[in-house]
Amino acid sequence: MQTTSKGHTPLKSAQRSVTAAKIQRNVSTLLAYALVLLLCSFVLLPIGWMLTAALKPDRVPVFTVPTEWFPTIHWHWENFARTLTNPTRPFLRYMLNTLQIVVGNIIGTLFSCTLVAYAFARLRFRGSELLFNLLVITMLIPWQVLMIPQFLLFHKIGWYGTYLPLIVPSFTGNAFFIFLIRQYMRTFPRELDDAARIDGCSYWGIFRYLMLPLSAPVLAVCTVFVFLGAWNDLLGPLIYLTSGTQFTVAIGLANMVTRANTDWNLLMAANLISMIPVIIVYFVAQDKLIGGIASVGLKG
Amino acid sequence: MSTIANRSRKLRLTPIGRMARIEERAAYLFLLPWLIGIVIFLIGPIVASVVISLTNWNLVSEPQWVGLDNYREMLFEDRKFWQSLRVTLYYTILSVPLYLVFGLAISMLLNMRLRGMYLFRTILYLPAVISGVAVAVLWVSLLNPDLGAINQFLRWIGISNPPRWLGSPTWAVPALVLVGLWGVGGGAIIYLAGLQNIPPQLYEAADIDGAGFWQKFRHVTLPMLSPTLFFNLITGLIGAFQVFDTAFILGGSRGGTSGALNFYLINLWNEGFRSGRLGYASALAWVLVLLAGIVITITFRTSNRWVYYETEPERS
Repeated sequence: MQTTSKGHTPLKSAQRSVTAAKIQRNVSTLLAYALVLLLCSFVLLPIGWMLTAALKPDRVPVFTVPTEWFPTIHWHWENFARTLTNPTRPFLRYMLNTLQIVVGNIIGTLFSCTLVAYAFARLRFRGSELLFNLLVITMLIPWQVLMIPQFLLFHKIGWYGTYLPLIVPSFTGNAFFIFLIRQYMRTFPRELDDAARIDGCSYWGIFRYLMLPLSAPVLAVCTVFVFLGAWNDLLGPLIYLTSGTQFTVAIGLANMVTRANTDWNLLMAANLISMIPVIIVYFVAQDKLIGGIASVGLKG
Repeated sequence: MSTIANRSRKLRLTPIGRMARIEERAAYLFLLPWLIGIVIFLIGPIVASVVISLTNWNLVSEPQWVGLDNYREMLFEDRKFWQSLRVTLYYTILSVPLYLVFGLAISMLLNMRLRGMYLFRTILYLPAVISGVAVAVLWVSLLNPDLGAINQFLRWIGISNPPRWLGSPTWAVPALVLVGLWGVGGGAIIYLAGLQNIPPQLYEAADIDGAGFWQKFRHVTLPMLSPTLFFNLITGLIGAFQVFDTAFILGGSRGGTSGALNFYLINLWNEGFRSGRLGYASALAWVLVLLAGIVITITFRTSNRWVYYETEPERS
C-alpha cells in the first residue's frame, strides 16, 4: 500500500487530500481484490474441471460445450477406485512403487546430507575451503552430462530395471541440501560444541544429540523438497524402469495420456490421485516450505 | 611435532595439535558419503562422458573410436539437433522474460495487505508444487483445440478462430509457456520474500519526496529487488534449458507436431535411450552444457550493471 500521501500540506487542503487518498486507496484495494480473485480462479477452475471430469461416468463426454466447471451432476466416486485397481494400469501399485522410491530418497538424503553438512558447518579441517568450493561447483553441473555415463554404470553393475539407481545416489548426498543444512547449522552458537566437547562428548554425539534435533526445521524443509522431487520425477524412472509392475505414478500418467483413445474421466481421476499426496504434504508443510523456498531465493 | 608445525605454517593454518587431528579425522569420516559419491557418481561419469562422446556406442556392440565425428555430425548434418536448439531457444526467449514480469507483478499483488491474503497465497502457490507431469496432463485437455476450456473461453470473448495449440507448429511452444504460466506463483513467492525485505523507510522517504507509485517502483522496488530478479533469471534460464516432463506429456515422446516440441532434452533422450546412440547423446549433452554455460556466464557478466547489492555479498 504505497498510495497514502502523508499530510505535509496546510490544514484545509490536507483534509481534501486525505479524502482523495482514501478514495484512491479504496479503489486500489478493490482492484487488487479483483485481480487476486481472477488469478485464483485461473488456478482453481482447471482443478475444478478436472474433478468434474473425473467424476463423470464412462458414457458421458468429458468435453462439453460450454465447459462444465464445478460442481456437476455426476458423482461417480467409484472412478477413483477403478483407477486404483485398473488391471492394465494399477495406480495403487504405482503409488506404492513411487512411495518406495520416495521413502528411500528421503532416508538417503537426510542420512548423508546431515553428516556432510555437519562437517562443513562445525568442524575445522584442512582442505575445508577447497572441498566446500567443490560442493558449490557441483551444484552448477547440469545432470544431463551425467545421465548417460551413470546409466552405463548402473547398467554394468546390473541395477538396470531396479529401483537402486533411483535411490542409492541419494545416500551420497545432494549438494543443494547439504548447502541448505550447512547454512542452518552455522547459526548455532560455537559454545554449544565446545561445552559438549569439554563434557567428553564425541563428535558423533554432538552430531546426534545436538545438531540433529536443533536442525529439525530445515530437515523438514528438505524432506518436503525430496518428497516432491522424487514423487514428480519422470525422466529417472523412464530411463531405469523396464517392467510395468515397477512403474511409478508419473510413468503411469505419461503412458495413459499418450495412448490413442484415452478414457478422459479415468485419466483425470488418475491425475487427481497423483496430486493428492503432494497437496496433503503441501498443506501440512506450507509455512515451512514457503519460508524455505524464500530463504533459498535470498541467497541469490 | 616440528614437521607438522612446519607444514602447517606453509599452508598458513594454525598448528595442528592432537585435538585438531582428531577433529580432522572426524570431519573426513562425516564427509565420507559425499566424497564417495563425488568420485563414483560425478567425477567418474564426467570423465567417462567426455570419452564416450568421442565414440560410437550402442551397448550391444563394442565402442568404436570416432574422434570428433559426433560433434561434426551434430553441427553440419543433424537437422533434428538444430531444430531442438531452435525450439529450446524460442521457448527460453518467450518464457523467461514473461515469467519474470508475471512473477514480479503477482508478488507485488500478494504483498498488499488484504484480508484473506494467506489463503490467496496458498492457492496461487499450489500449481508450483504439483508435478510437471500432472499439470501437463491437465493442460492437454484444457488445450484441446475444439472442445478444450481455453479455446471455448477464447471463442466466448470473441476470437472466432483460436489457435490449435499443440496441433499447430507455431502455437505449440506458446502453449507450453501458457502451461508454465499456471505455475508462475512459485517464482512469485521468492519475489515476495525479497519485497518483504525492503526497508519501509525507503518508501517513506520516497513519499516525502513526493514520488508516485511508478517512481517508487522504478527507483526503490526494482533496484532493491534486483538480486532476487537475478536469482529468478538464472534459475529460469537453467529451467528453460532443461524442459522435459511437460514437453514429453504435451507433445509425446517424439517432440510434438512436426517437431514443434522437440526440446533439446527430448531429442537427447531419443538419441540416447530410443536409438541407443550413447556416444552421440553424450556429445549432445556436452554441447548443451557448453551453451548453457555461455548463456549463464554472459548473464553473470552483465549482472553487475543492473544488480544492486546493498552490502557486498558475504563470502562463505
